[in-house]
Amino acid sequence: MKVLVAVKRVVDYNVKVRAKADGSDVDLNNVKMAINPFCEIAVEEAVRLKEAGTATEVIAVSIGDKACQEQIRTALALGADRGIQVETESNVEPLVVAKLLKGVVDKEQPQLVILGKQSIDGDNNQTGQMLGALANMPQGTFASEVVVDGDKLNVTREVDGGLQTVSLNLPAVVTTDLRLNEPRYASLPNIMKAKKKQLDVYSPADLGVEVTSHLTQVSVEPPAERQAGIKVEDVDQLVDKLKNEAKVIS
Amino acid sequence: MSLDFDSARMPNPNLREEHHEWRTQLRRFIDSEIIPYAEDWDEAGHIPIELWPKAAAVGLLGLGYPEQYGGISEGIDSWHSWIANEELARIGVGGIPASLMVHGIGLPPVLNWGSDELKERIAPPVLAGEKHIALGITEPGGGSDVAQLATTAVRDGDHYVVNGSKTFITGGMRANWVSTAVRTGGEGAGGVSMLLIPTDAEGFSRTQLDRKQGWWASDTATLYFDDVRVPVENLIGEENQGFLVIMTNFNGERMAMAAAMEALGRVCLEEAVEWARERKTFGKRLADHQVIRHKIAQMKQRLNATQAYIRVCFETIEAGNPNPGDIALLKVQASETMEFCAREAMQILGGIGYMRGSRVERIYREVRVNAIGGGSEEIMRDLATRQYGV
Ligand SMILES: Cc1cc2nc3c(=O)[nH]c(=O)nc-3n(C[C@H](O)[C@H](O)[C@H](O)COP(=O)(O)OP(=O)(O)OC[C@H]3O[C@@H](n4cnc5c(N)ncnc54)[C@H](O)[C@@H]3O)c2cc1C
Ligand SMILES: Cc1cc2nc3c(=O)[nH]c(=O)nc-3n(C[C@H](O)[C@H](O)[C@H](O)COP(=O)(O)OP(=O)(O)OC[C@H]3O[C@@H](n4cnc5c(N)ncnc54)[C@H](O)[C@@H]3O)c2cc1C
Repeated sequence: MKVLVAVKRVVDYNVKVRAKADGSDVDLNNVKMAINPFCEIAVEEAVRLKEAGTATEVIAVSIGDKACQEQIRTALALGADRGIQVETESNVEPLVVAKLLKGVVDKEQPQLVILGKQSIDGDNNQTGQMLGALANMPQGTFASEVVVDGDKLNVTREVDGGLQTVSLNLPAVVTTDLRLNEPRYASLPNIMKAKKKQLDVYSPADLGVEVTSHLTQVSVEPPAERQAGIKVEDVDQLVDKLKNEAKVIS
Repeated sequence: MSLDFDSARMPNPNLREEHHEWRTQLRRFIDSEIIPYAEDWDEAGHIPIELWPKAAAVGLLGLGYPEQYGGISEGIDSWHSWIANEELARIGVGGIPASLMVHGIGLPPVLNWGSDELKERIAPPVLAGEKHIALGITEPGGGSDVAQLATTAVRDGDHYVVNGSKTFITGGMRANWVSTAVRTGGEGAGGVSMLLIPTDAEGFSRTQLDRKQGWWASDTATLYFDDVRVPVENLIGEENQGFLVIMTNFNGERMAMAAAMEALGRVCLEEAVEWARERKTFGKRLADHQVIRHKIAQMKQRLNATQAYIRVCFETIEAGNPNPGDIALLKVQASETMEFCAREAMQILGGIGYMRGSRVERIYREVRVNAIGGGSEEIMRDLATRQYGV
């Protein structure tokens, strides 16, 4: 079974991001970038399927400018077999990403596509679902467990009420939730080997997709700063404040 | 944070993508496999034996060693080693890298000067983390004056018979082999040889050195040789050429120590800045008192200088023309920087810095072992001026 994994380059989750002074975007100058944590979980799941003998090949795909090859290399160091970069200029919106991924799916014919449920920059939570629709594949989103069962895939989903298990016909699309697995770290030998693995670069035109834009980012601003707390003198003051200032009790 | 372990590291144009990746992955390994337990291991006085195979798997133990013995050398350079030493220092528990990476001083004599048979027998299990090796130079009678060492190895047929003792030997309690400096010839440097002594040989015994100021997680031993018979095949390099083996070993050790010391100073800076930005005295943050701001600036200034110096030395190593005098003085530069940063960070932390459990308190206690071990500051200055032909 061939598995396609999508990986996105985002700001490292340890970084405290700042808005640019003109409010046009997040300031990415000199900021550490990394593979999106949910995508990393996707890579780990695919590599585990390979180690279990279920998957035969794991392909990591990223969409973006040349820099995103770093995240593809990370996926290769973690165990993916080869990489694909779809070269686009700037940040592309979820629908375009989904269309480009559909193009890669048409080319590679994977049995399974694993994506993160969302990326920690835009928090859109759309790409996997859109890809499922465009490629006409069943989808199991927010997965906390994935079990291959013949030509079916049982996906346990984290939904509001608890856990739901769906059975999908392969080929299928899965998006990962946080508890699906704990990604490994890559060893130095694997980092060095990753440099030699195949990485193909396609343009959107190669995949027959036109990059369009339906979204405009209007402004980016930091969340309002929280006021410092105070120490209340006694219970009476607490009750008074809850009643008259916070208005959470009456 | 405004000035932390990472942002206080100046850019190094030699670093490529895979170097950054190595740092990222190694940090993950250390954050999950070491840091949560580091303090307990230090208090307990040892690290678990299982850590070695794990460190081998991630590529730490094999870093820079020949592939044929299970090492990783293809495409590997000094920058990978610098990163490894920085990241291990970031733990802030000096005994862990001292013990975990002690093959870094014990194994190179074997690999650089030993016979093929010796290399094939010793290197693979050490690099896999299954067996352990240590370096035995220092003796109860003295460490700085290596040429005067008193442990003897007398040839008897196809064996050497070893008598004497070694002390302050890092990893000595755990070692399966010790690369040992012995006297095979007359007095002085010309009578010294290196011999690989197996610790299961008859007549070998060892005791743990009691209660150190720092490096608690690292075992340190005194070794005794009482008519220990060692096969002549275990000779490392040629007879009476041991001094050369020892001296060439020191450059690598000193670079590793300098890299670690700078990073330890940087840990002190990180902790001090974080505290100074939070703690308020006399109505404002510590970081807003000019005296404290100057301390922070002076720490950063010295760290910058040390980083730049380390980089230049690594560049000369990469170019194949290192200057041992410069490396000796780099070790001094780094220990003085570490000492300064530990002192100033302790001052900024105030009373809380005196309490066990913080990285700064531990680093403060571990300054001296760095300033003395691997060649003391005095000996380094002396060596440098001799190198410079003064
Ligand atoms: C925790 C720890 C781990 C160690 N691990 C190892 C190990 O694994 N293997 C190993 O072989 N050794 C090890 N050592 C020993 C270390 O290398 C020695 O302590 C060091 O070389 C100094 O030797 P010494 O302690 O005998 O001091 P001495 O040589 O007695 O020196 C004492 C002081 O006098 C100064 N001094 C000496 N000669 C001169 C001179 N000519 N001019 C000016 N000043 C001078 C020195 O700088 C020093 O300050 C370790 C030490 C420690 C503390
Ligand atoms: C082992 C131990 C025993 C102790 N025993 C006692 C005791 O018996 N009784 C008791 O009352 N206390 C005791 N102390 C507390 C001790 O007196 C305080 O630690 C000390 O006064 C410093 O206060 P602090 O730790 O709150 O540091 P801070 O006041 O927070 O100061 C931190 C650092 O900032 C510097 N700093 C502060 N303000 C300024 C400024 N305006 N300009 C420039 N620099 C500034 C300080 O010099 C210090 O380096 C003890 C402390 C220890 C460690």
